[in-house]
This record gives sequence, C-alpha cells and structure tokens, in this order.
Amino acid sequence: MRKLAVATALYLVLAIGAVATLLPFAWMLSASLMQAGEASKWPPRFLPSQATLANYRALFERLDLGRCFLNSAFVATVSTVGALLIVSLAGYAFAKLRFPGRSQVYRVLLTAMVIPAQVAMLPMFLLLRTFGLVNTYWGVIIPALAPVFGIFMVRQYALSLPDELIDAARVDGAGEFAIYRKLIFPMLRPILVTFGVFSFIGAWNDFMWPLIVLTDERRYTLPVALANLIGEHAEDIELMMAGSVLTVLPVLLLFLVLQRTYVEGITMGGLKE
Amino acid sequence: MSARTGRARREGRAGLAFVAPALGLIVVFFVVPVAAGFLLAATDFDIYAIGDLATARFVGLANFAALLRDPVFWKALLNTFYFVLVGGPLSVAVSLGAAMLLNVRVVRFKGLFRTVYFAPVVTTMVAVATVWRYLYHPRFGLLNQLLGAVGIGGVNWLGDPRWAMPAIILMSVWKNFGYNMIIFVAGLQSIPGTLYEAARVDGAGPWQQFRHITLPALRPMLVFVGIITMIGYFQLFTEPYVLTGGTGGPLNATLSLVMYMYKQGFRWWNIGFGAAVAFVLFLIILAGTLVQLRFQRERE
Repeated sequence: MRKLAVATALYLVLAIGAVATLLPFAWMLSASLMQAGEASKWPPRFLPSQATLANYRALFERLDLGRCFLNSAFVATVSTVGALLIVSLAGYAFAKLRFPGRSQVYRVLLTAMVIPAQVAMLPMFLLLRTFGLVNTYWGVIIPALAPVFGIFMVRQYALSLPDELIDAARVDGAGEFAIYRKLIFPMLRPILVTFGVFSFIGAWNDFMWPLIVLTDERRYTLPVALANLIGEHAEDIELMMAGSVLTVLPVLLLFLVLQRTYVEGITMGGLKE
Repeated sequence: MSARTGRARREGRAGLAFVAPALGLIVVFFVVPVAAGFLLAATDFDIYAIGDLATARFVGLANFAALLRDPVFWKALLNTFYFVLVGGPLSVAVSLGAAMLLNVRVVRFKGLFRTVYFAPVVTTMVAVATVWRYLYHPRFGLLNQLLGAVGIGGVNWLGDPRWAMPAIILMSVWKNFGYNMIIFVAGLQSIPGTLYEAARVDGAGPWQQFRHITLPALRPMLVFVGIITMIGYFQLFTEPYVLTGGTGGPLNATLSLVMYMYKQGFRWWNIGFGAAVAFVLFLIILAGTLVQLRFQRERE
C-alpha cells in the first residue's frame, strides 16, 4: 500500500515536470495557428478557434524569413563540415601522433577554455573589418571552425583506438595522411557524428556573434531575424510564434532523430573530466 | 635504427601538420583577439579610431577607474551576480532532483521523460525567449492565468524591476536543467546499489543515504557541473536581450555584464571601455573557477 502511494507520488511529480516542460512549446505551436489578434483576446484561450496557416504564409511571403532559414542552414552546415575536418585532424594528432610540444600545447588549449568568448569579440570585430569579413557569412563561420571542445571530444575518443593498427599501416608503407583518411577517419565516425550534431545545433542557435557580424537584414540568420522582428511586430503574437516554430523545429527534429548520440556526447564530457 | 628515426620524424611532421589548421585558427581568431582585448582595454579606442587608428590613445587604467565610478556598471555587475548565485544553484538543484527521480528503479518510461526534460536544451534561446515574453504577459500570459487559478494575482513579470530577474532565472532553469540532469543520471548510475542496501540494513533513512552516499559519490561531478554552469551563467546575454527588447530594462534590472559590454562596444562604439568590461568578466570567471577547484581539493 505504501509502495503504491510512493509510486503514484513519483509519477505525479514526473508528469507535472513533463507538462511544465512541454507547455511553452504547446502554446507556441497553438498560438502560431491562431488568427491575428486571437492570442490577446479576453478571455484568453489555449487552442485556436479555427486553425490557420496564414501566419506561416506571412513569414515566407511578407517577411522573407525563408531566406533567413536558408542563411541559417548554410552557416550551420558549412561551419559544421569545416569543423569536422579540422577537429578530427587535430584531435587524432593530439591523441596518437608524437610531435614536439604536444602535451604542453594541449594543456594550454584546455586551460584557455575558461576565457569567455566575449573577451575576444570586440578585437575580433575589428580584425574581421580589416579582412572585409563583417556582414558576410564567412565572418560568422570562420571563427567557429576550430572549437576546443571538439578537439577534446575527438582526442578522448581517439585515445582508445589501437596503436597496432596504425603501426601496421606504417609498416605497410602507408603515408600519415593516407592512414588518417582511410583508417582513422572511418573509426572516428561515432564521435564525429556526436560532435557534428553538437556543432550544427550550436551554430543554428547561436545569437550574439551573428548579431554583431551580420548587419544586412538579407544576411540575418533566423535567431537574429527573429529578435529583430519582435521590435516591429511585438503585438503580432501569432506571427512571432510562427517564427519561433520555424526556428526551433529543425534543431528539435535533429535532436529527436539523433538523441542517443547527442546525450552520449554530454556524459562523455562530464565523466572524463 | 635510421629507418625508425626517419619514421618518428615523419610522424612528428605529420602531427604538426594535422594540428596546424586548428592552431592557426585558434591563434588568429582567439589568442590574438584576447591579447588585443587586454590592450584595447587600456586605450580610448572609439568610433573615430575605427576610421583612423591614430586617434586612439593609451590611457592606462583610466577605463577601469571610469568603470568603478559608473553606477550602471555596478548595477550590471550586481544583476549578473544575482543571476549566477541564485539561478546557478537553483538550476543545479533542479537538475539533480530530476536525475534522482529518473534514477528510481521502479520508474518506467525513463527514456521518454528524459527526452522531454532535455528538449528545451537543444532549442534556440531566441525563439524560446520570444515565447516566454508572451507567457509572462501580465494579462494574457499563460503563467499569470495559471497563477490566477490558484489565487495569486497579476505579477507584472517583465515590467516590474523586482520581478524581471526572477523571470529570467525561471526561464533559464526551465531551458537548462536537462543538460546537467543527463550528467547526474550517468553519475548516479555508477553508484553501486549494494552501498544503499548496506546503508538501509544499518538503518539509514533516505536523507542520510543522500547525504552520506549520493552526495560524496557525485562530488567530482558536482564540481564539474558547478564550473560549467557558472561560466555559462556569467555570460548571460540572449535571455535579457530578447525578453526586454535589447534594453536590459526595466530600470536596468536585467542589464548583465555582457549586455553592458555589447551596448558600450557595439552600439555606442566605446570599444576601449567595452573591452574593459569584458576584462572584468574574464577576471570574475577565472576567480570563480579557481575558488571551486580549491574547494574541491580541500574536501579531498
């Protein structure tokens, strides 16, 4: 009897937590389907009286948010693919190749992670200005291409790869780059998928740096465009909710499909420390 | 012998070549800007200096002296500490609580609950904050409707300086707790169940088990989580930016250090002054990290 009461209480708490977690998303979706003005009527209602896609149409036709969607997709994809190459090379080298200064450089990199990125932002903006990269996609992408946590993730994984395989390939006369490309890269696949999901979601959601670098509305990524829209359309709740759905949906779907790899990546970083 | 040294040399060359792209990018886009940031903080670099570098002058510690006299800076500092010291522990506590619920042996559908609790973590902060802006609406907002149903009336969440920061903390905890929860779940699973059984045989209640088995076992993880949460929370920017339309209002009640740096540096182009704010942020984060590491060592 007591056991049953405990179990009921447990599920009740878990369920309340789940509802509280999902409620903002449910309201976002519901309000995005309402007629203009319906979300600020009294008495307030949770569900649309008559669902409509008019807000989504307005986003694409009137506000050109489809373009921002493509901007976001481009920036997130290119920075992820680039970072995958750079981080896999570096992570593998730090784990398996002996070269002068290896452990010292690696230790400095890890220590530097306590330096907040904001310290670099003002000088980096001036630097990108001299390169002519302000208000370009590359100004957002290039500084994100060598994330230290990515090098860390790949190195931790690469440490567990068998040395014998690499040595055998060397004895067979394979060059170091060929070994990386044909042998190591395929073996790193699981960790690269994890890192890729991290990187894509991070780049998609990033706000402060794109806000600083991108000055032309046509180049805005979705978060920047959305933050900018509230300024002019704060009263158009239904429209803003449609914009939020559009922004959140791709990363949420990606997470749902690849959640196992994503979650494993987090515990890896936490446990190995 | 010579074949082996030749191979070692080739390996060394390859190693350097493989880390070169990463190190090159890190030097150009992190090391150099960070060093330049420290230098900038000692200049009066402003909008004229962007046009003509020669107009920037070395001013020593004048920016820092100006910061200390600036009431808005103190407000931003205070707000940031409020957010970190209240929001950080609250977020870690909720994460730990959720992880412990998910770790109870009889609970089923663990994967489902975990996915649900984790979902806010991956979503876009700007979009989420846009949603919460309306959830916090004093009249139509869902939150006040729910509070009204239990008899609590009309909190003006984002309009009242006393409630604006709690509103930001509440949203941040909702958004972030799933991340640390995952780390704690992994930690809890690694505690052998026999420890708890032995404690129960000795007559230890749930609180004593938590206090003497769970907490000590999780200590290294708590330090790790504490440090990453603190570093992240000190960089508060997007939440107040979106919830308050870029102002940090009402009456600067949600202005954070990073927001102040952004306003000074990128909106008013007081770049030297903004760099000084960023430098202060760096010192605080460094000090906070060292304190937590020292704390862990003393416990050991």
